[in-house]
Amino acid sequence: MDTLEIKKEKNKNQAPANISGSQSVLEAFIAEGVKTVFGYPGGAIMPIYDALYDYHDKLNHILVRHEQGAIHAAQGFARASGDVGVVFATSGPGATNLVTGLADAMIDSTPVVCITGQVFAHLLGTDAFQETDVINITTPVTKWNYQVTDATEIPAVLAKAFYIAKSGRPGPVLIDITKNAQLQKFDYEGYIKCDHIRSYRPAPIVRNEYIVEAAKLINEAERPFVIFGQGVILGKAEKEFKAFIEKAGIPSAWTIMGMSAIPTDHPLAVGMLGMHGNYGPNLLTNECDVLIAVGMRFDDRVTGRLDKYAKQAKVIHLDIDPAEIDKNVKTTVPVWGDCKETLPLLTKLVEHKVYPQWLQKFADCTAKEQEKVIKQELNPSSEILTMGEVIELVNELTKGDAIIVTDVGQHQMAACRYAKYNQSKSNITSGGLGTMGFALPAAIGAKYGDPDRTVVAVIGDGGFQMTLQELGTVMQFNVDIKLLILNNQFLGMVRQWQELFHEKRYSFTDITSPDFIQLAKAYGIEGRSIIKREELNSALKEMLDHKGSYLLEVMVGKENNVFPMVPQGKGVAEVVLCKEDI
Amino acid sequence: MEKQEYTITVYTENQIGLLNRIAIIFSRRKINVESLNTSPTEVDSVHRFTIVINETEDVVKKLCRQIEKQVEVLKAYYNTDNEIVWQELALYKVSTDAITEKVKVERLLREYGARVVAIRKDFTVFETTGQREETDGLVKVLEPYGLVEFVRSARVAIIKGSSRFHERLKEFEKKEPGEDVIENEFLDKNEEVFTM
Repeated sequence: MDTLEIKKEKNKNQAPANISGSQSVLEAFIAEGVKTVFGYPGGAIMPIYDALYDYHDKLNHILVRHEQGAIHAAQGFARASGDVGVVFATSGPGATNLVTGLADAMIDSTPVVCITGQVFAHLLGTDAFQETDVINITTPVTKWNYQVTDATEIPAVLAKAFYIAKSGRPGPVLIDITKNAQLQKFDYEGYIKCDHIRSYRPAPIVRNEYIVEAAKLINEAERPFVIFGQGVILGKAEKEFKAFIEKAGIPSAWTIMGMSAIPTDHPLAVGMLGMHGNYGPNLLTNECDVLIAVGMRFDDRVTGRLDKYAKQAKVIHLDIDPAEIDKNVKTTVPVWGDCKETLPLLTKLVEHKVYPQWLQKFADCTAKEQEKVIKQELNPSSEILTMGEVIELVNELTKGDAIIVTDVGQHQMAACRYAKYNQSKSNITSGGLGTMGFALPAAIGAKYGDPDRTVVAVIGDGGFQMTLQELGTVMQFNVDIKLLILNNQFLGMVRQWQELFHEKRYSFTDITSPDFIQLAKAYGIEGRSIIKREELNSALKEMLDHKGSYLLEVMVGKENNVFPMVPQGKGVAEVVLCKEDI
Repeated sequence: MEKQEYTITVYTENQIGLLNRIAIIFSRRKINVESLNTSPTEVDSVHRFTIVINETEDVVKKLCRQIEKQVEVLKAYYNTDNEIVWQELALYKVSTDAITEKVKVERLLREYGARVVAIRKDFTVFETTGQREETDGLVKVLEPYGLVEFVRSARVAIIKGSSRFHERLKEFEKKEPGEDVIENEFLDKNEEVFTM
């Protein structure tokens, strides 16, 4: 904001500056408060990188090792900071390498702005070197995208890009800029932030009558149940949410994306929903009488079989995206709007209540899960380490203050099931897309997004090998992140399914790994590999106390399974606690 | 819920790439677009898409919300055939000899209200405007007489119960929408399709 005002002031006294399209991109970044950019240069984006040379004191550019790394880092940055993550990539392969990250950011509603270079406008459609139709390739995986062929468009287009990326339900935006537009000089009249687009309503209008109706349902409920998602975090509505559940006294469970919005030890927090969520929240979804969904989208991993999902309950759905209402689960009362706005209105109308018997039911379920699953996971009788006990010890040592970034698979489920959090924006994971290889680059981004916090990346041996080139980025920029590899020498989650549903036919899930410690050493990163329980505490301490990045490999049980589980095609109430129950 | 024909009317900005953004909403769900037309509207700078699909109301409703979610889409409505007035245009190319030699062909063309758009020595092009049964009907009767070429346009449709979009557009242009603007009401109340 300050920058903008200074600029306006300047413009009054000075004639419009003659600058290049490339410079205007960087000016836009500065006006938007961008300090960190993740990127990789190449032919079609060279003019922007040339301009960047003169901006190195204002913009911190992190050179990644692959464009996928750049966008996952930008995602990690956005998720840790709550700001927009920014990416530079060149045309052709540079741009196509962004696609996985764009799809990930799209499904997990992460605000990211990607700038891709493009061939000269006169070469468009000629199959020129490194030309690819980026706009059409990325259309399904962007909230908005636009191709710039004339530099004079850049300030307004970038203003729109940032506004669209972060407003309403956030999402990724891609701006493709042809090389001629980057080089073109034009009369720059300053940067004006975008705050309104005619055809775009970031948030629907709040309808008071539905709030009244929702409050009435809640006040009459005997077994109300709140389920919440990332909407609470994206809406920066953690305080409002806490006030709501505390006044209404309602037990609350999170989706994987909503995790850490309230502290995990909150008395009303009853755990995680979903396929590998906690026993109680899944089972009791089908016993509540009013289900209040806040900023979540009833993903199939949360609902299981829809025709067996909460059929007995009246459903109140608070969401900023009107397309989510009734998409998967029929809503009794829709509450359209930003939950930062709607939650306080609802809180005002709900009565102070407590539901001791209802909460006891959750506690009983927790006790059952404790007995049948958690006890063995945290205090195993065997000598072989479990993923759960590693995470439990991380909790103890970090006191729940670390940002935990996870990859995808069994370790992800273990981390999300057992991690404890005190503050919001602490759990960064690829929820919707399930992108293996997400964790390492996302952890790099998270460290830049919130440099004061400890960042622990929990990664499986499979996923780590998908983006381990980013160790080069960690090395070059001395990024202080802790890499915790839980190595079960298998593609564990697929193996678990093969064991449970494919008669143990382990088709290509047996994966060998390089010596991760030597690999880390090659990148100048300290590391250690352990297999014994007695080493675990000291090794984790060593990792956390180490100045700079550190890689700790923990060898865990090869054929351990994650439970509870709602098997695919089953209802949430059919959640099982062990293999024998399937 | 039964599948039936729905006409989706989408008001949009005039932006390159938007056609693709809208089209992939259907193709992603493996839904066939029966007919698609783009056109200007009574409002300067606002364009409209008229899309015909065969689906259940539940699906159409969700599709409209996904369409409306696109940044450059102002509004999307869906209607059954009896809620709209619609027309399609068709062109038929017939050999000129067939018409001059066979009296029946001439009579058929007149019966179907076909108009001549071009006459050449070797061929003649006729045009009809109407609904599907009418344009298709003429194809069937002309076939035995050597129909050389046939083409039909996309559907254009006017919603019977609509008020001027102009008035509604003003609401969009306001930064803070007025109290009386009702969002999403159209989802449940089909008669008042233009209420926002």
